[in-house]
Amino acid sequence: MGKQLRVDPVACAGHGACAELLPELVTLDEWGYAIVADQPVPRGLVREARRAVAGCPALALALRRVA
Amino acid sequence: MTGITHTTALWYASRATGVVTMLLLTVVVLLGILVNRQGRLPGLPGFAVTGLHRNVSLLAVAFLAIHVITAIADPFVTIGLAAAVFPFTAGYKPFWLGLGAISLDLIAALIVTSLLRARMSRRAWRAIHWLGYAAWPLAVVHSLGSSADARSGVVLGALSGCVLATAAALAWRLSQAAREVPRAGRAAAVLSRLPARKAGL
Amino acid sequence: MTGSLTVPNPPVTAAPPGRGGDLPRLLPASGAAPVGLRQHLDAYGALPTARSPGRLLREVAAAGLTGRGGAGFPTARKLAAAAEARPAPLVVGNGAEGEPASSKDSSLLWISPHLVLDGLQLAAEVIGSPAAVLYVRRNQRLHAGLAGAIAERAAAGIGAARVDLVQAPDRFLAGEESAVVSRLTGRPALPAYRPVRGLPRLAPGRAALVQNVETLAHLALIARYGAAWFRNAGTAAEPGTMLVTLRLADGRTSVAEVPLGTGIAGLLGLEPAAGHLAGASVPSAAGPVQAVLAGGYHGAWLPAAEAAHLLMAGAALRPLGASAGAGVLAALPADRCGLAETARVARYLALESAGQCGPCFNGLPRIAAALEHLAGPRPDHRARADLKRWAGQVTGRGACHHPDGSVRFIRSALRVFAGEAGLHEQGRCCGTDPRPFLPVPAARPASDADWS
Repeated sequence: MGKQLRVDPVACAGHGACAELLPELVTLDEWGYAIVADQPVPRGLVREARRAVAGCPALALALRRVA
Repeated sequence: MTGITHTTALWYASRATGVVTMLLLTVVVLLGILVNRQGRLPGLPGFAVTGLHRNVSLLAVAFLAIHVITAIADPFVTIGLAAAVFPFTAGYKPFWLGLGAISLDLIAALIVTSLLRARMSRRAWRAIHWLGYAAWPLAVVHSLGSSADARSGVVLGALSGCVLATAAALAWRLSQAAREVPRAGRAAAVLSRLPARKAGL
Repeated sequence: MTGSLTVPNPPVTAAPPGRGGDLPRLLPASGAAPVGLRQHLDAYGALPTARSPGRLLREVAAAGLTGRGGAGFPTARKLAAAAEARPAPLVVGNGAEGEPASSKDSSLLWISPHLVLDGLQLAAEVIGSPAAVLYVRRNQRLHAGLAGAIAERAAAGIGAARVDLVQAPDRFLAGEESAVVSRLTGRPALPAYRPVRGLPRLAPGRAALVQNVETLAHLALIARYGAAWFRNAGTAAEPGTMLVTLRLADGRTSVAEVPLGTGIAGLLGLEPAAGHLAGASVPSAAGPVQAVLAGGYHGAWLPAAEAAHLLMAGAALRPLGASAGAGVLAALPADRCGLAETARVARYLALESAGQCGPCFNGLPRIAAALEHLAGPRPDHRARADLKRWAGQVTGRGACHHPDGSVRFIRSALRVFAGEAGLHEQGRCCGTDPRPFLPVPAARPASDADWS
């Protein structure tokens, strides 16, 4: 059971903090909005992922459990 | 009680930490406006604005705690622990301290909800966070009314600076919001900025 | 009211339903006049209540009814999920029909409101909901007609659930499931981000069952005549009938009820000759046709020669990137420029963005502008590459399927009208008639109030 990072596209305002905190999994499109990799978060990055979720001022990121 | 100088260290500590708390709270409000407008601090990465806003607010809470505890501990004035959270119940200057208690309650709500952010709806969190705009002026008025120090000299200067800075930041924020394209018009705004060419033959 | 409300002439049969496979089922045999309560009861009998909800659910499952709103989800599964939810979800009949090229829901609601209302009552009964909502496209006459039908039924004591009539805002996305629910909670009809699939939430702890009005009408008939009767029409995999909105090459539109799996050629009057050249236009009674749009503005273009051999069924259309969807079929005349038509629609789709998700309200306008370039003479080489890049950046990154559907439609145009694009690069164009063909509402500035 892994964890998946998901972005709420309505809440995402293109702050870009997530891409700075977790460049391994988050990139920005040409308009500044978050593109989250569609793969489970590797074990070693879970802590960084939590920081990215906490660091989003728009509360747009979430770490979800996936089977 | 005014006009008598209190020489107890606790009393001085309370007033000093009060001033520092006020300054820190002002910085928190300014940083909060910057986060909301997606602003950047020169030389710092984007996530630093959010991080600073959060960390400075925790620092402010620490100083607020010392400010309250030293005031309660001071034997010269009768301020009980309850007066810190229940407004207008203090034995000394109940009205002005009461405003401080309200401000403290609101700040506590902001901090607690922000710590439990992941467990609540975004709308609820945002609604409570707006109370910050009430907590800050209450703290200012509390400062001015509770101690004669705040109404003269360096402290008055510092408080005035806080008020001016916040007023300017708020005015800027409101002017930005007024110029924002409403959601329904966003696609049209993007389209109108693009070079168009009539389709067809 | 968009489109005429006529059924195809001559009608298939005039026999009443119940006699295996006879059409039409949802609409009267002829004419477009509303069927009043008396006429409805004479034709179909009384609303079958007091049957056990479990039995109706099994009948619907056996019938294989799927949603007629475009997504085609098995209705029995949705009803079963709603029946299990506590408290009982609110039942919503979705007749918003935001698609400009579709008028089948409005026609159904105008002509056979009692079938839809019967279906609404039955769904409410199955899931145990005391209230239902009919959510309808903004139209004065239609609204008055429905209000009258609801009042008439209430006076006659038909149906236990209270039915509220709600007007949908005049927007393309007004009928999107989460937008419907948003509107019903008093907020604007904006699609919501739904990370977890399932019934949409009206409020914490309260869900909604949203069904297309045509699906409800079929439900009303299955409850009366059973699954076997329903399966008498259509194919084994896709049983039953569906309403389609047809736009022929001469611009005439009509709504017809057809069995699933009907040949598209027959519906649009295409007359493909044997040994037909692929890529050439296909003659039809209404004029030569170069391409067919299947599935509306989130569907796909098909070359006419190909479409002429296809059936109106998901099995035939999905491999080609199209769908039976909500039953929109439009035949593009040979004298129009397919790229210009698509560009006009693309601009409309961009402006209909809810403006909530960055990729959508940034990407779709740029894609539309690039398409406008391609539809003009000697387009910039970069336009095509940009379009491709933006299409990739936008797909799957919105809260709803508006960007995905729009990109599907536009990509199909680039495929089908590739020859046209080649001509444009040389400064030529196949189209001789500059008049717009596909229905696109006039652009008007949108304010947040327009979504309420």
